[in-house]
Order: sequence, then C-alpha cells, then structure tokens
Amino acid sequence: MIKAILIFNNHGKPRLIRFYQYFAEDLQQQIIRETFHLVSKRDDNVCNFLEGGSLIGGSDYKLIYRHYATLYFVFCVDSSESELGILDLIQVNIIQTHVFVETLDKCFENVCELDLIFHMDKVHYILQEVVMGGMVLETNMNEIVGQVELQNRMEKSEGGLSAAPARAVSAVKNMNLPEIPRNINIGDINIKVPSLSPF
Amino acid sequence: MPAVSKGDGMRGLAVFISDIRNCKSKEAEIKRINKELANIRSKFKGDKALDGYSKKKYVCKLLFIFLLGHDIDFGHMEAVNLLSSNKYTEKQIGYLFISVLVNSNSELIRLINNAIKNDLSSRNPTFMCLALHCIANVGSREMAEAFAGEIPRILVAGDTMDSVKQSAALCLLRLYKTSPDLVLMGEWTSRVVHLLNDQHMGVVTAAISLITCLSQKNPDEFKTCVSLAVSRLSRIVSSASTDLQDYTYYFVPAPWLSCKLLRLLQCYPPPEDGAVKGRLVECLETILNKAQEPPKSKKVQHSNAKNAILFEAIALIIHYDSEPNLLVRACNQLGQFLQHRETNLRYLALESMCTLASSEFSHEAVKTHIETVINALKTERDVSVRQRAADLLYAMCDRSNAKQIVAEMLSYLETADYSIREEMVLKVAILAEKYAVDYSWYVDTILNLIRIAGDYVSEEVWYRVIQIVINRDDVQGYAAKTVFEALQAPACHENMVKVGGYILGEFGNLIAGDPRSSPLVQFNLLHSKFHLCSVPTRALLLSAYIKFINLFPETKSTIQEVLRCDSQIRNSDVELQQRAVEYLKLSSIASTDVLATVLEEMPPFPERESSILAKLKKKKGPGAVSAGELEEGKREGGEVNGWEVNQQKSEPSQENASSLTTSPSPTPTAMHLSLTSFFFPSSLSQSTPSPSADLLGLRSAAPVSAAPVSAGSLLVDVFSEAGPAASTAGVNDDGFLRFVCKNNGVLFENQLLQIGIKSEYRQNLGRMYLFYGNKTSVQFVSFSTTLKPVDPLVEGGAQVQQVINIECLSDFSDAPLLNIKFRYGGALQNLSLKLPVTINKFFQPTEMSSHDFFQRWKQLSQPQQEAQKIFKANHPMDTEVLKAKLLGLGTALLDNVDPNPENFVCAGVIQTKAQQIGCLLRLEPNAQAQMYRLTLRSSKDTVAKRLCELLSEQF
Repeated sequence: MIKAILIFNNHGKPRLIRFYQYFAEDLQQQIIRETFHLVSKRDDNVCNFLEGGSLIGGSDYKLIYRHYATLYFVFCVDSSESELGILDLIQVNIIQTHVFVETLDKCFENVCELDLIFHMDKVHYILQEVVMGGMVLETNMNEIVGQVELQNRMEKSEGGLSAAPARAVSAVKNMNLPEIPRNINIGDINIKVPSLSPF
Repeated sequence: MPAVSKGDGMRGLAVFISDIRNCKSKEAEIKRINKELANIRSKFKGDKALDGYSKKKYVCKLLFIFLLGHDIDFGHMEAVNLLSSNKYTEKQIGYLFISVLVNSNSELIRLINNAIKNDLSSRNPTFMCLALHCIANVGSREMAEAFAGEIPRILVAGDTMDSVKQSAALCLLRLYKTSPDLVLMGEWTSRVVHLLNDQHMGVVTAAISLITCLSQKNPDEFKTCVSLAVSRLSRIVSSASTDLQDYTYYFVPAPWLSCKLLRLLQCYPPPEDGAVKGRLVECLETILNKAQEPPKSKKVQHSNAKNAILFEAIALIIHYDSEPNLLVRACNQLGQFLQHRETNLRYLALESMCTLASSEFSHEAVKTHIETVINALKTERDVSVRQRAADLLYAMCDRSNAKQIVAEMLSYLETADYSIREEMVLKVAILAEKYAVDYSWYVDTILNLIRIAGDYVSEEVWYRVIQIVINRDDVQGYAAKTVFEALQAPACHENMVKVGGYILGEFGNLIAGDPRSSPLVQFNLLHSKFHLCSVPTRALLLSAYIKFINLFPETKSTIQEVLRCDSQIRNSDVELQQRAVEYLKLSSIASTDVLATVLEEMPPFPERESSILAKLKKKKGPGAVSAGELEEGKREGGEVNGWEVNQQKSEPSQENASSLTTSPSPTPTAMHLSLTSFFFPSSLSQSTPSPSADLLGLRSAAPVSAAPVSAGSLLVDVFSEAGPAASTAGVNDDGFLRFVCKNNGVLFENQLLQIGIKSEYRQNLGRMYLFYGNKTSVQFVSFSTTLKPVDPLVEGGAQVQQVINIECLSDFSDAPLLNIKFRYGGALQNLSLKLPVTINKFFQPTEMSSHDFFQRWKQLSQPQQEAQKIFKANHPMDTEVLKAKLLGLGTALLDNVDPNPENFVCAGVIQTKAQQIGCLLRLEPNAQAQMYRLTLRSSKDTVAKRLCELLSEQF
C-alpha cells in the first residue's frame, strides 16, 4: 500500500502532500520534515530506495523517490509494493502525464515547480486517476490522460457562464494590475452536457 | 508571475499564491496567511450567499494554506455544500478538500455520506467515481456502515462502466481494511475472483489489489484465484510486446499487472494441480530467460519494468522454495545484478539474496558471492546499499565463513554510519555467539565490539557475554585475562567496565597468580574507573568489591576502607548507599564460611533464546527477520552446531531449565539480588521476588524443583526456586498478552514445539482448540497436558489437537495454567503456560447513545469502581489499529460520544454465570507525547482493575 505521496522542493517546501492513511496534521508535517531530511542529504546518483523514517510504519516501510530538477517526488510504501514498479509509476504517471496534459493546454513546456504551485488542484486530480486510497488504480497512460481530458472538457463547458461574473468582478477589482484575464466571454451560454461516450 | 495569466480563471488564488511566494520572511508569510484566513472566514460568515465559484476559490486557498503546514479549522461546511452542487468542478474541489482534510472522526461524515449516496445513485460515472474516491480516501467506519453493502453490487454489476468498476474495487478494499467485519464477501466471492478474467486490464489491475488483500485474510475462500492468476500471467508473459497496446510499457507487456499477479501467487503454496503448476513454472522460466535477452531499448524505463517483474518472479520462487533448479537460476541472476552499474539493481539484488540465503537449496550458491558482498560493504557509496550488504552477510553466515564475515563486519563497524551501528553490533554479537567454536574467539570479538562501538552496545549484548562466560568454565580464565588487559586502556567504555567488574568479581582469582594482575592490582584498576561511571555501573562495581573480599581476603581492609568512606556510605543515591552499608556490615560480621556461601560463584544461567536475538527481532519487526531466523532454528536443530544444543548434550542437569525457556532475566544485577534476597529479605523487597510471587509461581515451578538440582548450596536453591517462578509469569505473559484482543494465533513456540490456538466465545461460554505441533523430526513420547488426556506419541512434524470447553462462572483475574510434559530424545521437557483466557473474552458489546453513556459513567463514580492508567505507547498510534484492537477486546466502540473525536469510548457487559458486569472504557491518546490515558469503570472493582492491567499492555 502507498501510505503517502509527498512532493517537495529542494528546500523542503511541500508542493503536494497526500496521505492515504490517517495522520494528525502536526504528525503529517513531522513526516514531511523527516522525509525531506532523509532524502535531501543523499547524492543524486545513489539508489532510489531507502528505509523509511520512524514516523509512518517502522520497518515495513520504504521511501521510493526521484529527484527531478528542483523537486523531490517521494512515495512512502509498505513492503507489498514492487520498488521498481513504483519508480516507473512516478516516472510515467506523475511526471509525463502532467507534462502531457499541460502541453495540450499549451501552457507549459516542462514540468516545473510553478505548475505544481499554481495548479495544485489539477495535480491532485491527475493523481486521483492514478492512485486511490493508497492503491494503484490505473497504469495505462492513455487511459489516465483520457480521464483528465474529459475532466478538462467538463470544466471548460461549465466555466463559461458561471465563472464569468466573478471574473468580471475580479477584473474590476484588479484594475491596477497589469494582467487582466483575457477570455471574458459572457456571451458563451452554450453549456455542454458532459458527453459520456468516451468511457 | 509566469503562469498566472494563462491560468484557468481563479485569479484571486493565483494572486494569493504569488503574494505568499514573494514574502521575504516566515513572519511575513504568516501575516499574509492570517490576513487571508480572516478574509475567508468573514466571507463564509457574511450574510451574502456566496456563489459556487467563490466557494471553490476560497476552498482552494484553504487547501493551499493547509499544504504550507497551517491548521485549517473551518471551511468544512462550505466544502460539504460544494458536494451537492451539480457543477462538476465545484463538486470535484469539494471532494478534494474533504479527502485531504476530513478525518474519519469528523461529525460531518453524515452530511458527506448523504452527498455520496446521491452521487452513487446518479448513474453519472464521473460523479460516481468522485464519490468512490472520497470513500476510499476517508474510509471511516460510518462510511463502511453506509456503503459496504452497496459497493460490491456496483463492482460486479454487468452494466457498470469499467472506470467505475476500478474505483469500486479499490474503494471496497479500503473499507475492508478499515472495517473487515462490515464487508461481507460471501456471495460476491466468486464474481470478484472472476474479475481477474476481465477484458479491461485496468479493471484487473484494480481488482487484483482487492483480491490479494482478501486472499491474505481468507485464503481458502479465494483459492480459485490461483489458477485464474496463473493463466492470466501466462497470457501476459507469452504475449508479444504489441499485443497489449496501451498496457505495454517500453516493450514490456503489462509490467505492473504482472508484478501484482506474482504477488498474489505469493499468498499461496505452489499449486497442487500439475497442469497449473507446469504452466506457472513455464512462466517463471520465460521470465528468467527474458532477463538474459539483449534489451529491446536502452531506456532505463525498459530495464526497470523488465526487472520489476523479474524480482517478483524471484520472490515467488523463493516463496515456493521447492524448485532447486529455479532457485539456483534465480541466485545466478541476482549474482549478475550484484555487479550491475545501476545502484537500484544492486540494492534489490542484495535484498532478494538475503531471503534466498535461507533456502537450503540455494544457501551454498549464495555463499559463492561472499567476496562481492564484502566488497559492496566496503566500497558502496550509498548507505542504503551498504546496509543491505550487511544484512546479506548476516544471512549467508554459517560455520565455514563466520570468522571472515565477523572480522569484516567488525572492521566495517569502525567507519559505519551511525544510523546502522546498533543493528550491526547486534548482528556481530549474534554471529559470534552462534558460530563460536572456541569461546576465546567469542570473548575477543565481543570485547572488540565494545571497544569499537561501545556506545552502540546495548545492555543485551553485554548481559549475553556474561551469561556465556559464566556457563562455560573453559573460557573463564581467558575472559578474566582479556578483560583485565582491556581495562588497562586509559579511556575505556563504561560497558567495558561493567563486563570487567562482573567478570573479575567472579573469576578474578583465575588470574591472581600473576603478580602483574594480583588481587590488589585488579581492585585498583577497577576502582580507578569507579568515579567516571554512572550509578548503575557503580552499584555493580560495589558488588564486585564484596565478591573480591570473598575471593581475596587480603583485599578486605582496603575494600572496607573504600566502602566506609563518606562518598559511599553517605552517598546521596539510595541504592549505592544501601549497598555500601550492607556490604560493609556483611564483610565485618559474617564468618568466612557464611561469606563464601553467600558470595559463591554465580550458578550457570538456564539456557534460553539469546536475548540479543530477541532484541534484533524487535528492532526489525516480526516480518523482517522471521524468515531468516526460522531457518536458523532449523539448521541449528539439524546440525547440532549451536551453542544451545551443545549445552543440552553436555550438561543434562540443565535440560529442564532450558526446556522451560522461561528463565529469569539474567541481568548481572541478579548477583546483587540473589545475595541480598537471601540475607536481607525485607530490605530490598521491591526488587526481589516477593513471597507472594513465589507462592503464585510454586505451582509452575514445582516440576523444576522435582527434577534433580545439581548444585546443593542453600543460595542456589533459593535462587533457582525464585527464578523460574518469577519468570513463568514474566515470559509467558508475552504470548498470553497477545491474545487479549484476538482469539487465534500462536501461543508459544520454541525449537521443539509450537502451540497454536483457535477459540470462540459466546456469552459466558467458550471453546478453545489447541494445536500442538512437533517441529522436530523425532517423535515425542509420554506427551501429556494437564487439560485432558491426549495420545502420548507425537510423531516428528505431526500435530495433535485438543478441544476444551470453557465456562465463566464468576469474574476472575488469574488465567488457568496449562502444563505440558513430554520426552524428546530421552530428555524430559516441561512447560508451563498461561492459557489465554481473559475476562474480556466474555464481553457482549453494548451500543448506547452519548446521553446514556454519560449517565452510566456518572453512576459508576465511586473511586473503587474506576481504574486508570497512564502509559507510554508501545506501538505506532494508528487510529485504525487502535479501533481494531478495541473491537477485538469484545466491547462496542461508540462513536460520537466523546466530545474529543481523538478519544475512544467503548461499552460492554461481561457475562458470567453468577452475574453480569457492565464496563465502560475510555482511551485518550496523546499523539504528541506518545502516551495514552486509559480509564475503566465497572460495577465490579476487580474487573475494572484487571481490564486496565490487561489493556495497558496492548497499545
């Protein structure tokens, strides 16, 4: 079982935390700190597995992590998971999917810390398509991307009408700021019923 | 602000995040966050109804603040409101907030459950998935109660979409893990197993996690999954890399699913059906063959995926441990990986080889890699890998290579990472003891160990060296000489002083002939360390001094002088002062004869499982070591090379004691204890076995005293009687206490015998099945137990069963005793155990409302009706585990009673024939301090007290 997924940057600032076993908030923060402490002092070309800290599960507990650019992706798992399998999971499903989805949106070229920060909810949704309640739900990238795209379509179709007034308000409020949201299309009342066929 | 302008609309959120990022200091950040929290709070409280978009935005901000490590104590209600929105995005963020922030005790669960119910019945697959995700992530008991019936139906229904099926499978798994009693698979079993045949690989991926977990708990019911898993695996393994399309990952077909299938098979023994087994062996061979083929891609992902399957296949081969051919192939494959340039592969190879080393078929093959492994220990740059190498060396050690391995580990210890030193020390100590042919080597090794890594040498290690020296008279002189030399070093570790004090006190006379180590020299050497030591060590040294007076009368005046000086006789520490006073008096009034009797050499310690081994097991957790250690037990029994076995052969008088495996904890302070308990029975009564404890123990100790006791002196008699008596209670409690919250399991196990127990209780009646398994290959004769007559012959490897019926007449505290006698290889074995029957077994759970609970709680307010204990957590404080234990206790776990959701409240009625006894329980965990407070109230004071005692050992 995956007990937790933690993403933090080189300074230990958490960028995504997801616990699949209940821990009180302060313990969660302790676990993050402990994990960062364990992982960050390791060189980049050593192995990607290490015995976990004391806080989550004692001996039956491993950290499997990857370090990309400024980010650490850490999976805290028990002994029922395949180490190399999880490593691939981090590689493909978390990072590539993210890159893929976001390139579709033509927003970003590469996964970077800022994407995680400003699209925290999105990252959570992508993750939900991969891991559920600590177990792996799906490993097929196309399937995952399909689900995420479907979500995006639904979001777009809803976004038009409901978000518009609020955006207008915030635009007025933020007049002094240089950037104003561009696509205020109040006229678009064409709310699509979510199409179910792609399933 | 690079990403803001192209964001998806929540501008306020982006601005807030940018603000936080621009904060120059922690204080500024906190200030900004507090400002935002106040803003959101006023928005939520305000009169104006917020639209969905604003709620979504604020909830997002709260999530971000939570991520930064700040507690969020509001907003839950708004998130719940979002759930009932019919806009997908609002619903989605609502569910996300709840999954991340709502714990299972929350009062909101009922509202959330309502929203989930609506979404589950909406027939909209996206909404259904969101709802299932939420259940799987929160997984509380209320949710299990509400949905455990519904979800299996969704899972197996013919018209459910694949994506929903996947979510339903994992959701059910989560509920099964948290509330196994509520998820009743019965009628669904076969349909769930057949999900392994589903056309959609995603469904199989999700379902297999569920099936694996269910199989581990109910192997028999899910047995049919073996053949289905084998055929699925075989289809994947033999498919071309293009067959499975999307599920082919860098030319490897469905690697994740293959791993999971191989894991599932590890829950079962090798298939009995020849055809299925043949097919499986073929798969395993194919996987091993593929490892030898040239890679289809140079990418690391390709090799990772391929090797993930390979390692799982090897794990399965090791699990079966029945195909010598495959085992040796697996070993060769791992041997190749040991030198691979990928660190990950070296790590995993070392890890798997560790388990492989314990198989008799491949033990020799593993040993051929010793040089590579030693090299890894010396040269690996990564501490995780070095740790694995040390583990493997430990696992592959046997008589032939023990000296080499111990020497390598010792030399590594000098530079080892601090994090693994203690474990290394334990391992060296165990290996040195287990494979010692000549005990001077053993003594050298342990003293070296203390010299090199004294700080990491735990009590158990130095207790053990003393036990062994006391029991082996051929090594005593050598030990005294070596320890005397070691103490000459100017800076000497305190543990060395302890060992030195003890050994010289017992055996200093063996080296006193040499003028360089004359009695006075020995004494001065010890005393020169005295002032640098801690109180316990000083206390031990004082005992050594009094022993010196007996060994060497010529030192008497010097030592009396030391004892008499103010810093001893008026020491502010009570223990030291008392020892100084008592010893001084003893040395001046007792005649030489009395002195010689009181201070006689310590009797040999009864043989028992090495305390260090127990410590290592504890450190590593039961799962981590068991495979290896079990094997050690096997080998030891077979080859008769172990120290225990030698001991049994050469000293028959020890056998009774050793079969008891319930010996006194042989701490060197027992030296002090034995003589003070004899001479000053009242003065140290708190640390000596009290007379009442003796009485209690006599029953179980009776067979021991009936056996011939070799040593005849009064002191030894006192000691040997008090020893096992105190310990039967002590050691057996261990097995006994494990059964307080469960009914089935292994009660006792040593190298000869295993006793398993299955029991069930209804009201004041119970039935218990006892299984006695002969672990040896030799038959036990004259086998008898105090419970019921049984067949006196138990063949090697056979199991005997006994059924007893239990009736609870009135409340009780002491458990019934079970006495077992049998002859193994001519020697009489005798064993006393407490039967795990405790008062809580007769609990009937009682559900009640918060109001009723507190009313009854108040009614039981007399001081004697309450028992309370505050104690430290012995296990990780996992809510789910705690719940399971409390349910296992037999009471009803009451929700929404205690105002603090962290606390647990239980109620139940104990049914005895004479009366019914109501009990209320409250457990308050304090995660920060890692402490619990346990309060019990019962209509009967003895029951509250007993339950409190029993339970305080459980968490």
